Amino acid sequence: MSISVNSIASRLSPIVNDLPPSGIRRFFELANSLEGVISLGVGEPDFRTPWHVREACVYSLEKGYTGYSANAGHPELCAAISNYLERRFDVSYHPGSEILVTVGASEAIDLALRTLLLPGEEVLIPEPAYVSYRPCTLLAGGKPVGVPTSADDEFRMRAADLEAAITPLSKAVILCYPSNPTGSTLSRADLEQLAEVIIRHDLFVIADEIYAELTYQGEHVSIASLPGMKERTILVSGMSKAFAMTGWRIGYACTNAEILHGMYKIHQYSIMCAPITGQMAAIEALTRGETEKDRMVHSYDQRRRFIVNAFRDLGLDCHEPKGAFYAFPSIKSTGLSSEQFAELALIHAKVAMVPGSVFGDSGEGFLRASYATSIDSLQEAIERLDGFLSRLRRGDIDL
Amino acid sequence: MLTPIHLDLLHLIEENSRRTPDILAAIVGREVNEVKAMIQDMENAKIILRYSATINWEKVETNRVTAFIDVKVTPQRGVGFDSIAERIYRFPEVRSVSLMSGAYDLSIAVEGSSIQEVARFVSDKLSTIEHIISTTTHFKLKTYKQEGVIFEDQEEDHRLVISP
Ligand SMILES: Cc1ncc(COP(=O)(O)O)c(C=O)c1O
Repeated sequence: MSISVNSIASRLSPIVNDLPPSGIRRFFELANSLEGVISLGVGEPDFRTPWHVREACVYSLEKGYTGYSANAGHPELCAAISNYLERRFDVSYHPGSEILVTVGASEAIDLALRTLLLPGEEVLIPEPAYVSYRPCTLLAGGKPVGVPTSADDEFRMRAADLEAAITPLSKAVILCYPSNPTGSTLSRADLEQLAEVIIRHDLFVIADEIYAELTYQGEHVSIASLPGMKERTILVSGMSKAFAMTGWRIGYACTNAEILHGMYKIHQYSIMCAPITGQMAAIEALTRGETEKDRMVHSYDQRRRFIVNAFRDLGLDCHEPKGAFYAFPSIKSTGLSSEQFAELALIHAKVAMVPGSVFGDSGEGFLRASYATSIDSLQEAIERLDGFLSRLRRGDIDL
Repeated sequence: MLTPIHLDLLHLIEENSRRTPDILAAIVGREVNEVKAMIQDMENAKIILRYSATINWEKVETNRVTAFIDVKVTPQRGVGFDSIAERIYRFPEVRSVSLMSGAYDLSIAVEGSSIQEVARFVSDKLSTIEHIISTTTHFKLKTYKQEGVIFEDQEEDHRLVISP
């Protein structure tokens, strides 16, 4: 008996059927089909994982670390995470009951939403935002509510805007600062104002602080370190960005023991444990990786200054991104939409960037340009964009 | 006084000496003129000695032979290591000379167009210098990494062109 494809689709979960396809996908196909593209579209470090970490992983394989670990993560890694967070960000979590090692920060975000949400409850998401928050909220049965932010505020969510978006169904806020895609950060004062609203409305916070180490001006402040916030915050982070370990798939969630226990149960049944090889590498990175991490951060900072300057010299407004590895220039002066601009830049300048609209409506008119690429490539990309913009402004490019 | 910006400039120039003052200025976040002046100061102070490229000569058809020679000397009153080193580094075939701690005193690199030529230099020129008591010569067979540059780096960028 044959079944028609249509009838299969109609029998799948409507939540899955209704999920919009990733806006990045189309650009990925296009960029992949062209030769000689310089990509500023990459959301991961250009550095390879530092050698001492890779070497430690090889050693762990030689020693026979090839099996499952404890569900919550290898105890040595949980202890290393606890020490690291205390040392770097002044937050303290008990390794036995408040820390869960996950398959990337991605799993931690998913677990957090699935643990917190009752059907139909709302999750407030400052936008432009990382692309997974909306779909993961929907998959967890919740309702994503975007809170637009603007370049005038350097894409920082204002306490008043948050408060205006709160309804009786609001359950949690996702805070991702330093931000993918805008590179914006929040100061202690910004966070204190948000915390006041969050506490008053009794909301939870999912703090995706995966870019915390990549803070170039001032110190990163974790919202979990503010008075009254630890118990209502799920701090999510991981090894991917700061330690250049995207492929190892190690992240973690830290929160009070009750929430963590809920997340742990899902993790236990659906994932079992994060990969042991990655966990072994993460122990090495967290305990001995400071120097290499600092070297990478310093290099991102140099590229950041270079690219922001360069965009401004090209006549594009570009707010100063104080964290992560993204610049978020405005292309409104060209009169094109982000999608149009990104597509034309890809075809005519062979430079790949991600249209800001992919990250929410308030990202329209902007592009995300990742500077996790060598200075020499950035320089070449800027030269190409310069030529492209001149032609565009002269009307030499067919729209 | 060297500031962190000076140090950044040195690293950036050492990594790629073709970077222009404009680009260096953008990277360190200073005015172009200020960066030019800093570089000029460091050239005057002989902190920056020259601008050069790292070349893998093994890929070029030459008869270049390099030897590293461990040299033991007995410094005598009035003749320190420095003046013995000078007598060595003045020879154009000598590419580098360093004073070492440990089992020998000077480490020198010598280049020639054949093993015989280097051997002749060691026996005729080097070992006859007063105060040199012994030399141990090691010929270089292959270079894997030099000045922080891996010569045949097999690692590539495997990242997806676009990712979230
Ligand atoms: C804001 C943000 N959160 C989470 C992730 C996922 O990271 P991981 O590799 O730890 O799953 C990313 C990766 O791009 C990210 O940009």
